[in-house]
Amino acid sequence: MRLEQRITKHKRQIANDWFAILAGTYPPDTTRFLKTNKDTFTNPVGGTSRRTLEAVLDALLENAAPDHLAQQLDALIRIRAVQTMFTPSQATAFILDLKKIIRDTLKSNLQDADMQSQLLQFEARIDRLLLIAFDIFVRCREKIYAIKATEEQSKIYRAFARAGLVRANPDIKPDAGVS
Amino acid sequence: MSDLPKSDELFSHIDHRPPKGKDWMDIPVDIRPGMYCYSANPKSMETLSAPNVRKWNPLEEDWLLPDNWQEILHNGLKERLEKFRSFKVFMDICVRCGACADKCHYFIGTGDPKNMPVLRAELLRSVYRNDFTKAGKILGRLAGARPMTLEVLKEWWYYFFQCSECRRCSVFCPYGIDTAEITIMGRELLNLLGLNIDWIATPVSNCYQTGNHLGIQPHAFKDMLEFFVEDIEEITGVNCTPNYNKKGADILFITPSGDVFADPGTYTCMGYLMLFQFLKDKYGLDVTWSTYASEGGNFGFFTSHETMKRLNAKMYAEAKRLGVKWILGGECGHMWRVIHQYMDTMNGPADHLEVPVNPITGTTFENAASTKMVHITEFTADLIKHGKLDLDPRRNDNLKITFHDSCNPARGMGLLEEPRYVINNVANHFYEMPANTIRENTFCCGSGSGLNAGEDMELRMCGGLPRANAVKYMADKFDVNMLACVCAIDRAALPDLMNYWETGADVTGVHELVGNALILPGEKKRETDLRGEPLPGMEEEADE
Repeated sequence: MRLEQRITKHKRQIANDWFAILAGTYPPDTTRFLKTNKDTFTNPVGGTSRRTLEAVLDALLENAAPDHLAQQLDALIRIRAVQTMFTPSQATAFILDLKKIIRDTLKSNLQDADMQSQLLQFEARIDRLLLIAFDIFVRCREKIYAIKATEEQSKIYRAFARAGLVRANPDIKPDAGVS
Repeated sequence: MSDLPKSDELFSHIDHRPPKGKDWMDIPVDIRPGMYCYSANPKSMETLSAPNVRKWNPLEEDWLLPDNWQEILHNGLKERLEKFRSFKVFMDICVRCGACADKCHYFIGTGDPKNMPVLRAELLRSVYRNDFTKAGKILGRLAGARPMTLEVLKEWWYYFFQCSECRRCSVFCPYGIDTAEITIMGRELLNLLGLNIDWIATPVSNCYQTGNHLGIQPHAFKDMLEFFVEDIEEITGVNCTPNYNKKGADILFITPSGDVFADPGTYTCMGYLMLFQFLKDKYGLDVTWSTYASEGGNFGFFTSHETMKRLNAKMYAEAKRLGVKWILGGECGHMWRVIHQYMDTMNGPADHLEVPVNPITGTTFENAASTKMVHITEFTADLIKHGKLDLDPRRNDNLKITFHDSCNPARGMGLLEEPRYVINNVANHFYEMPANTIRENTFCCGSGSGLNAGEDMELRMCGGLPRANAVKYMADKFDVNMLACVCAIDRAALPDLMNYWETGADVTGVHELVGNALILPGEKKRETDLRGEPLPGMEEEADE
């Protein structure tokens, strides 16, 4: 049996463990809330985290293209990019935890050399996923900065400019960047 | 296998979990950029005769407090406990059942337990117990008490400005504790030490001096409205020039200045102008705007009850000066909580005005019998109900609309049906968000109560996550592309929120939709909506 098949066999447990570790990155009261409230509208962090981790695990098993992985991972990184209790590495470190979960879950099945080699290849996918997460995280931070830099201008300045109440200056382009 | 490191060894150096097992009192406050607003500009504080005016920085160790700051706070707390029965009750009756704990959008979004309403309230209660209860005095920490220290003060400041006073938590409290009022008191006490934020203090100062948050003077206010009149004339062919400061008009109209000065509220403002022109042409209704009472919003509400009272009084003074019968209020959020819950005992009853009656339909607005101020969606819904408006909802057919209940109108005055009734009559495609995110359960935009600044964007995005999450669901499921609301702060805050969380939805006020659908007497064939975008079916004409 190939490694992917073994992981697929334990997919639910692996995803659950992964979610538990992710939820554990928050303070204990928050962890409890994230785990127990199953409603995605009143617990969007918990709901998005669960959904994302499951979808990302599927994508890793399919050896999906980076674009697809990024698409699946985006919603979760987008949340952690504004949760300032985390440093950038803390926000994305949960991705590496998947390695440990897989090793722990499949412990008895990882003895032979072929399986070891497959494991290393699979772990390389997880490493690449971390780089994708890094890209998304930085993109989200840049978006926050762009919104911070242009929000006043794009609302108030634009209204004033439309009304002809500000002197036209071709060098000022308040709308640039945020759309 | 033996050459490979053990999995535990691989990850042992990664420390990405916060410290565990500590009591909340032992976790020191960590004031992080992105989560707080800049301190108040001393000039604005001077205008308001605020105490301890100075330039200070929340990130610095020394907050430049007066020597007797603890005494000032103690006396301030004592005075408020004696003055406000509700505050005293809220301090005493909480049993810490936890029903409110997971209801706050800031807790849900940030994951910080000190944003649980119960814990935010405990920040203040712990000091109350220490200073004013026997159990607290004798048992100290065992009774949940702790003395006021600089560390505690900083914690108050950080977390009382991470609450938007939206009151969602209050809906779930079995004792009816209004946790927003605890934040209101917390901020009042902080203001005794000059610890306000600039996004509140400067709008308050501007409002106090020139009549609106942005400090726009009367002539500029008039210029903006005249610009809208030109735009409307271009789109409809009808001149909608309003009355300014007209003595003896039937009704005084007051709206948040955000509708006059900031997109996309400006389009809502055009909707108001068109509605008033329609009513004037058809029924002879005489509505006036005021260039002095040019602000419906009341950031005094986020400062102290005295400041709230001062700003609120201006609207009634202007109504008296102009001799109108009653006041019609625009689409605003906290203005309505001030009117509905505080105005009457602050500046009311407004005996110089009449109990509001819609002169076109004969409807008496009993709910506003004492405050004499009617919400425009109540007014418009009443007109529609009596068949008094000529509407073509197909003009909004390019929009798939959902409605965000703004916290204050929804929970602060029970305005739930009227906006929906109006939307359903001016548009054909309306979809409700999930039930646990709307009406009295509505989630805040994340930027209310003066937190709509730029520097606290991370806080705003976290706080707005539950709302954005529900909108995104609607966009994915029903192709919703427009988020309607009845609050100027929403209109300012939600576009950023929709942008960051990539919902794909734009933001509108309800009366922008009304303006699109309203058929003005003598209007030309319309080709665009109020934003200048082609109307459904008019795309080709626009291209030519």
